[in-house]
Amino acid sequence: MALATSLNASGGIDTAELRPGLADPVHDSQHIFRGLLTALAHPGRPVTLPGDVAGPEPLDPATTAVALTLLDYDTPLWIDWIADTPPLRAYLKFHCGCPLVERSQDAAFGLVTDPENMPRLALFAQGRDQYPDSSASLLLQVPSLEEGPAVTLKGPGIRETATIRPAGLPDWFWNDWRLNAAQFPLGVDIFFTCGRSVVGLPRSILAEG
Amino acid sequence: MDAAPRSAAPQGDGQSAPGERDPAQAARRRWMSVLAKAKLNELESAWEDLAQKPAYDWLRRPEVGMVMVRARTGGTGGRFNLGQMTVTRCALRLASGEAGLGYVQGRSKRHAELAALFDALLQDEGRRGELEDSVIAPLEASHLDRRTARSRKANSTKVNFFTMVRGENE
Repeated sequence: MALATSLNASGGIDTAELRPGLADPVHDSQHIFRGLLTALAHPGRPVTLPGDVAGPEPLDPATTAVALTLLDYDTPLWIDWIADTPPLRAYLKFHCGCPLVERSQDAAFGLVTDPENMPRLALFAQGRDQYPDSSASLLLQVPSLEEGPAVTLKGPGIRETATIRPAGLPDWFWNDWRLNAAQFPLGVDIFFTCGRSVVGLPRSILAEG
Repeated sequence: MDAAPRSAAPQGDGQSAPGERDPAQAARRRWMSVLAKAKLNELESAWEDLAQKPAYDWLRRPEVGMVMVRARTGGTGGRFNLGQMTVTRCALRLASGEAGLGYVQGRSKRHAELAALFDALLQDEGRRGELEDSVIAPLEASHLDRRTARSRKANSTKVNFFTMVRGENE
């Protein structure tokens, strides 16, 4: 009887450029997950993520940390063209094992490093009435969280109003966000990342630009 | 540890061994297999005897998980799941740049670490010849010895079954 193990030594991953993942995968990802929960519970409030991890270009430490924490083998991921490089693919395949999909509609997570040229929000999975949780979560890596135009946020988790200033978003973004928020409980959730900080923008939040 | 080597299961389809065509990959396959089958104490002493021990960083710390082992009846028949096996894996990078992978049966993290270290060292063309002679060849020989001893022992208890003609049709 010949044994054929499914172990492929290299797994088809080019390890030449591969960077390390989280130093302590279990505890670091727990802390990062806690940070993400805080970010969603207090929309608009920047949360600094622990776990200093240097991912491949062009990912910021926060984007890498969120990816390493949230992605695994049953979260199909869509990445925008500027991030879609062999080192990044190898990194995600090695550390997360997540499948990469071509169509943004099929993805559970969207990783966007060039928000200016990103697809419209409606092109990501919006969830279904029976399963609103099947919508996509988007990681938008923005050039700055403080230097963009001010946007006022209202909704659950915000006492009065909150103001965020993410830079580098497309013109249509806040208009699309209004449409996204209008179809609650469906719609996408967003994490803005920059440097080591993350700002949560859940679908329940109304924005006024 | 509950971290499963989940990417391991769906990748190689077991249909064709990719290393068979590429000689460099076939060679690496061979030494990784020898390192995985070696006894931990043999690897430890080989590591002790090593003249220059390299510095390294983890790409993935050792983690224990399960993989599904598949088999074919008679080596050529239909594929089936033989059963799950505990596997420890890790990945590291030497200061000189080579990345080593260790995939070993069982839960010994040290075994996976040493297998990955030797795998990385063996990728250095300059040291390969020396390491092949001083580490891989003896490990392979002792693995073959263990295997032969076991099959001798098994063979000595072999029983042949005969079916007697019962003559019912006559």
